[in-house]
Amino acid sequence: MTPRANGAKPKGVLLEADKLTIQFGGLRAVDQVSFAVQPGEVYTIVGPNGAGKTTVFNLISRIYDVSDGRIVFQGQDITGVPPHRIARMGIARTFQNIELFEHATVLQNLLVGRHCRNRTNLLTEIFFTPGVMRQELDHRRRVERIIDLLELQHYRDQIIANLPYGVRKMVELARALSTEPTLLLLDEPASGLNIEETDDLANWIDDIKNDLKITVLMIEHDMRLVSRVSDRVLAMNQGRVLAEGGPAEVQRHPDVVRAYLGA
Amino acid sequence: MRNIFKTSYVQDIRLFEHGGHVFWYALLLIGVFAAPLAVSEFFVGEMSLVFIYAVAGIGLMILTGYTGLASLGHAAFLGIGAYAHVYFVKLGIPFPFALVMAGAVSAAFGIAFALPALRMTGIYLAIATLAFAVIMEQVFSHWTSVTGGFRGLPVTKPNIFGWQTTTETHLYYVCLVVLILVTLGTRNILRSATGRAMMAIRDSEISAQSMGIHIARTKVTSFGLSTFITGIAGALLAHKLQFISPEAFDLILSISLLLMIVVGGLGSLHGCFYGAIVVAFLPQFLALVKDVLPPSIGQIPGLQGGVFGLVLVLFILLEPYGIYGRWRKVRLFFEIFPLYRRATFKRQRGYLKTERMR
Repeated sequence: MTPRANGAKPKGVLLEADKLTIQFGGLRAVDQVSFAVQPGEVYTIVGPNGAGKTTVFNLISRIYDVSDGRIVFQGQDITGVPPHRIARMGIARTFQNIELFEHATVLQNLLVGRHCRNRTNLLTEIFFTPGVMRQELDHRRRVERIIDLLELQHYRDQIIANLPYGVRKMVELARALSTEPTLLLLDEPASGLNIEETDDLANWIDDIKNDLKITVLMIEHDMRLVSRVSDRVLAMNQGRVLAEGGPAEVQRHPDVVRAYLGA
Repeated sequence: MRNIFKTSYVQDIRLFEHGGHVFWYALLLIGVFAAPLAVSEFFVGEMSLVFIYAVAGIGLMILTGYTGLASLGHAAFLGIGAYAHVYFVKLGIPFPFALVMAGAVSAAFGIAFALPALRMTGIYLAIATLAFAVIMEQVFSHWTSVTGGFRGLPVTKPNIFGWQTTTETHLYYVCLVVLILVTLGTRNILRSATGRAMMAIRDSEISAQSMGIHIARTKVTSFGLSTFITGIAGALLAHKLQFISPEAFDLILSISLLLMIVVGGLGSLHGCFYGAIVVAFLPQFLALVKDVLPPSIGQIPGLQGGVFGLVLVLFILLEPYGIYGRWRKVRLFFEIFPLYRRATFKRQRGYLKTERMR
């Protein structure tokens, strides 16, 4: 990294998107988007529907291949990393339209979250060797800590298909936390939650940031929540960056106002 | 109702949830080990068929019930296992090794098939497996130097390290031991990471991938395991039938296997056993009923296939979770009597899944 002219020490960068572009046929869903997430912050992407926010997430979790540009995580270029490696590198995510394992219990869902930390192989599993047992117990201990944090004890053994929407959202958050991430991607965590649930969520995001020291990259529409938890906000529209800065600053930005209200 | 007070994580991980289970399963085990003393040789033979079907059912259950990949061609893998096993036994390889090698050959075919075929899902994969089964049937009939073609191959009774088995009862115990080992191994896989990865893929590939699961590798593993176990079942079936020919491994057998796991209950190992009992005894039952029915109904050709199909359709419509699902409802009814309500097992409204990525 080149030292800056004014001598100010540059803050570390956890995740950097550099001129990120993806093209679906003739449509540029994300066009030359650059931003940098610093360790320990809550960074929020806002923007109207179809702005390309979720597409940015899908690029970072490598579900889509970038057409142009780079993604750098912890100094490592992850633009070509296969998608199943992303979790082990320390990036976990939730989905806008809940993607839980419907026919499994809450506990099993969280244990799947531990998969990227798993070190057993098929042969030892067939015989369920003491090593496998030790690892299972270790997974359980870590998962229980997250169950305690998000107060999911009551639902531990319930099948996802029987749970109400708000709880499913929390289970998804818990499953992402089970992977022991460094960076957590939350895609509209408050959508469909009522006011109290959203308040709880705000507290948990604070806890995740302050106690677990996990950096959060979030997409959210609820501006009350965004203002309360975000350190910095990025506004997008039609695949392009409109503005970046503090929550209040971005909300006042003339381009952002125009994007939401029309000129 | 039993309330379990959990004091350690091991309680959730171990094979039996509580002492009650240990007691009932032990009783069942004693029962099946003692059964040949009490029942006729014919019935013992039918029971071994149940065990063999159950092994094959576990194989298919791993693939269809747990990984969510349908196969309409599993009879082909039974066939591969059977022919490979007979071939190895002829070479003089001891029975237990020949059994495992037959499974390995079947798994090799399964993996070789899966590598290109697993780009497909759902109905397309089912059709691909069907095509594979048709091809294998041709191979069985025309590769006469190994398979004996349409004339078939006679199969001797297993010889286990010098112990020459002679009766149906001997074979019964061989099948029982294999079934127990396969069940335990499968249970172990299902309660560890690989099993959870399979279930994750069944429910949502996209988030399984985001949790660090290698989708293609897990699917191939599932296919390999499934065809290995099915191959072993095929080897046992060869001994049971004492004669193998290509017609033994036709489409009807594939459908019977599918019927078995659907009727038993998809996504549960118990289902394999219930299903195996139904599939093994339904033809016997039909043979009995045939004599009672008026000839105009009882003598219809293809009655058995029709009844199998009807049972399959009725289960899918009325009890998608199979016999095991029904049993759980009945058990819950008594456990929480009189609080059970019709809606207890009703699924909640499915939440809208727009923009769902597949």
